[in-house]
Amino acid sequence: MRVSVTVNGQNYVRDVEPRLLLVHFLRDELRLTGTHWGCDTSNCGVCVVQLDGVPVKSCTVLAVMADGHEVTTVEGLEKDGALDPVQEGFVQCHGLQCGFCTPGMLMTARWLLDRNPDPDEGEIREAISGQLCRCTGYENIVRSVRWAAEKEASV
Amino acid sequence: MQVPASFEFERAESVPHALELLERYGPEARLVAGGHSLIPMMKLRLAQPDALIDINGLAELSQLGVEGDTLVIGALVRHAALLADDAVGAYFPIFHEAERVIADPVVRNRGTVGGSLCQADPSEDLSAAFAAVRADAVIVGPGGSRTVPIREFHVGPYETVVEPGEILTELRVRIKPGAGSAYEKVERRVGDWPVAAVGAYLRTNEGMIVEAGLGLTAVGAEHFAAPDAEAYLIGKAAGEDVLREAARIAAASCAPQADQRGPVDYKRHLAGELTYRALSRAAERSRA
Amino acid sequence: MSTPMGFGRMHRKEDARFIRGRGGYVDDVNLPGMLYGAILRSPHAHARIVSIDTSAALAHPKVKAVITGETLAGLNLAWMPTLSADTQAVLATDKVRFQGQEVAFVVAEDRYSARDALELIDVEYDALDAVIDARKSLDPDAPIIRDDHEGRADNKIFDWEAGDKATTDAVFAQAEVTVTQDMLYPRVHPAPLETCGAVADFDKVTGKLTVWCPTQAPHAHRTLYALVAGLPEHKIRVISPDIGGGFGNKVGIYPGYVCAIVGSIVTGKPVKWMEDRSENLMSTSFARDYHMRGEVAATRDGKIQAIRVKVLADHGAFNGTAQPTKFPAGFFHVFTGSYDLRAAHCEVTGVYTNKAPGGVAYACSFRITEAVYLVERMIDVLAMELGADPAELRMKNLLRSEQFPYTSPTGWEYDSGDYQKTLQLAMDMAGYDALRREQAEKRDRGELMGIGIAFFTEAVGAGPRKHMDILGLGMADGAELRVHPTGKAVLRVSCQSQGQGHETTFAQIVASELGISPDDVDVVHGDTDQTPFGLGTYGSRSTPVSGAAAAMVSRKVRERARQVAAAMLEASPEDLEWAVNESGGAWTVAGTGAGKTIQEIALAAHSSLELPEGIEGHLDATCVYNPPNLTYPFGAYICVVDVDPGTGQVKVRRFIAVDDCGVRINPMIVEGQVHGGLADGVGMALMQLMAFDEDGNHLGASFMDYLLPTAMECPSWELGETVTPSPHHPIGAKGVGESATVGSPPAVVNAVLDALRPFGVRHADMPLTPAGVWRAMQGNPIRTDLAIS
Repeated sequence: MRVSVTVNGQNYVRDVEPRLLLVHFLRDELRLTGTHWGCDTSNCGVCVVQLDGVPVKSCTVLAVMADGHEVTTVEGLEKDGALDPVQEGFVQCHGLQCGFCTPGMLMTARWLLDRNPDPDEGEIREAISGQLCRCTGYENIVRSVRWAAEKEASV
Repeated sequence: MQVPASFEFERAESVPHALELLERYGPEARLVAGGHSLIPMMKLRLAQPDALIDINGLAELSQLGVEGDTLVIGALVRHAALLADDAVGAYFPIFHEAERVIADPVVRNRGTVGGSLCQADPSEDLSAAFAAVRADAVIVGPGGSRTVPIREFHVGPYETVVEPGEILTELRVRIKPGAGSAYEKVERRVGDWPVAAVGAYLRTNEGMIVEAGLGLTAVGAEHFAAPDAEAYLIGKAAGEDVLREAARIAAASCAPQADQRGPVDYKRHLAGELTYRALSRAAERSRA
Repeated sequence: MSTPMGFGRMHRKEDARFIRGRGGYVDDVNLPGMLYGAILRSPHAHARIVSIDTSAALAHPKVKAVITGETLAGLNLAWMPTLSADTQAVLATDKVRFQGQEVAFVVAEDRYSARDALELIDVEYDALDAVIDARKSLDPDAPIIRDDHEGRADNKIFDWEAGDKATTDAVFAQAEVTVTQDMLYPRVHPAPLETCGAVADFDKVTGKLTVWCPTQAPHAHRTLYALVAGLPEHKIRVISPDIGGGFGNKVGIYPGYVCAIVGSIVTGKPVKWMEDRSENLMSTSFARDYHMRGEVAATRDGKIQAIRVKVLADHGAFNGTAQPTKFPAGFFHVFTGSYDLRAAHCEVTGVYTNKAPGGVAYACSFRITEAVYLVERMIDVLAMELGADPAELRMKNLLRSEQFPYTSPTGWEYDSGDYQKTLQLAMDMAGYDALRREQAEKRDRGELMGIGIAFFTEAVGAGPRKHMDILGLGMADGAELRVHPTGKAVLRVSCQSQGQGHETTFAQIVASELGISPDDVDVVHGDTDQTPFGLGTYGSRSTPVSGAAAAMVSRKVRERARQVAAAMLEASPEDLEWAVNESGGAWTVAGTGAGKTIQEIALAAHSSLELPEGIEGHLDATCVYNPPNLTYPFGAYICVVDVDPGTGQVKVRRFIAVDDCGVRINPMIVEGQVHGGLADGVGMALMQLMAFDEDGNHLGASFMDYLLPTAMECPSWELGETVTPSPHHPIGAKGVGESATVGSPPAVVNAVLDALRPFGVRHADMPLTPAGVWRAMQGNPIRTDLAIS
């Protein structure tokens, strides 16, 4: 099937099998390997991307379902050479170790701050509760998102 | 990562178009909306439909609002939308409390109310919530639409009255004065299916219970309901002893099965404990 | 945060790529013409293979090859040696011995077709009775799992003991108080978010095999491939790219890696194989599965005298324990923990069952996790028996600082410690007395609050050659340091990071030794063609071993620099002093202002300067570090929980962790590692579990059933530190990667059981799920290794 998907502002037209998962479309067809996969059952959340501005688990979305829609991946966060504050926050607060969950966490964090510019610790924890991290114990991820919120409030 | 077997894919442009596609592809076709039940099953190859009919574009199934004295929830309403809706929270806190513990925020962005009900998992949270409030399900088919009380909607595990050529389009819930509702769930971890969960809906008039609804999930309650406990409550004051007795009756009417979430005795205990907790909070809200 | 000239907090150098989605993990490797592999696995726990028909799969238009055990047998590769003197089937030939065992390997043009082709392979099985309950594995009528071993008549792998049985038994015979407790450390899985996988590329023209594989031990893999497959070692290159978490899961060689290599050799194309999550959970290294009986002898006033332990160790169908010690139970015999006692003895029996092989993985420090859990649970059992406060009881029995270096009753040489100080700091941070008062008030109201303590001593940095090796390879690690003419440095190390931040920490070590900025040091790792030999990253050994190598090689460079500086300054090398100030490190002539920085010296070393004899013209150096002893980090953990008496749900309210890992190179990274380990502990204590039903079906084979903690189950961790340097480590560091995973589970379990004190509950096995807690309250605990019935 022919699909036309806008990814990080750029339009891509590809012929794909209907069963192709969005995560494989991004990784294997477009070579955007920043989005990862980690389970089969939509539990781990390392595949989170934004579909029309809303975070979704791209292992549970078919590429054909993204036809005509806009996808944003971790590669699209940096704008004109400037890091997104959530990216900066993860560096500042040591919000990542192995880096595997990081892209998904960043995409959800961006969405959270867009809806709620001043989330408290509990709101941040809830927002990322469908995404696993095995390295950080979540502590510094929470702090990273708070750092980004404060940075955005200060400009 | 596991990947689905091949299938054909069609995008429905309208409800009649979706019905036509269902007709064309026959019983091995499946509707897909959020896909968060179906696609994992397809990846694990526990489901291998011949065709998927994508209904994500059908705006007419996404309505969410109050029509007269009825709350109308389109089948395509995302869990996140139900959770974010103020009117839903005001009239039926049970839905917000249930949605808050269904899967996780990202899954809730995609998964739909209709998809959850049609999956008919015996541990599904919304099935209990809708059973508690005695919703009506509207189903359309080639011959027109029909309305089915939610307590007749589920035929058994993973089985509903929705026929292969039909589509669940919306859920309708009457809004009545003096009502309170609540949802209680025990899960092993956030985002897990319930070990047991109970939704309660009570209407009181001058302290006396005039309507009672109990929805129980994951504990083998027939049609996700506890009619004996509901009948017991009618006409009584919502005091602790009465609610405890109703909880006992509800627990006794369940037929839970042991699994890795817990043994039978624990699940039965939870059915009672959570019934009591949900009833207590529903009663408090009905008085507010 | 500014960059320190050495140790201290600094942001990680590796973050720049990860936050942009530019990490390079194994599934990101994409080679021209690459094919994809998929493994057909056994649905049975124990069955004889009657026949395998691959014809339909081979007829699939996109399938390039189907490899079975028979194919491999022709190459003498159907079985491979394990790291524990056993063999493991690569692809089953005679029978399958656990659910999920590898049976056939398909190579196809794309991953979807490879998966499709698995459905086309027809395997006929003759099902056999399975041994699932380890406690029945030695029954006379138990089916023999390893009938491939000639003459085998039972399922026993080993009997092993440590300590002094006679003395221990004598102490017990005379003890005023003894307590006994059975406990299970259930089977769990490290479950890194990136599963295992490999890309193998065999170049027929050059004869070179390149394997991209997220391995924690790239050099060990290379040597093992050479030994197993008979390939010349210089024609094998293992590249361990960015790794999405390891935790011990990525130490060993799995059948899939061998299949990918064979697939590439057979097809002449690169072959990628990636596990899915179920494969990862069902077939790769699990951890624990120790059925333990602990006994403690003590005086009435609470002085512990002896500990005695019996263990039944479930190793699964092949003894694939990936641990380098000469002891079949790894380091388990450090079970005397942090306490001063007279005698100790343990007996461990290892058995085969129809479950996946493994046993040492998941940040366990080679079974210290089990040992610490045992002793810390036993201390609480004793406290309950004596009516003593568990903190006071520990304080009374902890080793005292003047006892170090201390030789334990089972022969371990603890390097340094100041245990009371660490426990006291944890108690002060927690507000221990106030918590006990709050608990008492709550108990009066029927509320269940628990306070759990664990004190652990770790033994990491494997290790001395006399006690450990991997198939004869000593546990050393190498480092090579090049200093370019402009004074910028490249460090090459043999270990590989799975997220620990080696690119930052090791740069800081070099920076500290050379007096340059860590920004001026790049760390190269993970590629066997580009790094010196060494055994890798596990058992918290990166800093203790490779970190030591990095320091030692830097000192060699600095010493060469002294010679060159002497020539530059026309002074005698003995008259030069090393000094570091804000502008960097320099060799200076004692008593004068004259000196040369490392940058100046490096340029001179490459210049036309007449060099002193023995200096060839650069500052570069290599070194191999052989650890003289293990290092012994330790810590005191306090967990506070609330338990819902009506549902059994546990909420971890607070967790206080005071770690002493010696000198901290980058405290930010140390704290991050501790955070992660504490979350692991909450997971193991409350939810993570791999149980099996009576037919051997795996009941935790996806993330829907194998539950890992989310941000919602974790409290905001409260960390503290004490610093007791290791006396024998070049920079006094001890390692910290596994400390929190080792120390936190008993703290959580002790807290829950403390909350359940009003019910008279002395013990319940992990994981303490709501059902498990409620059943414990009813006096009818769940057996967690089997299906709940």
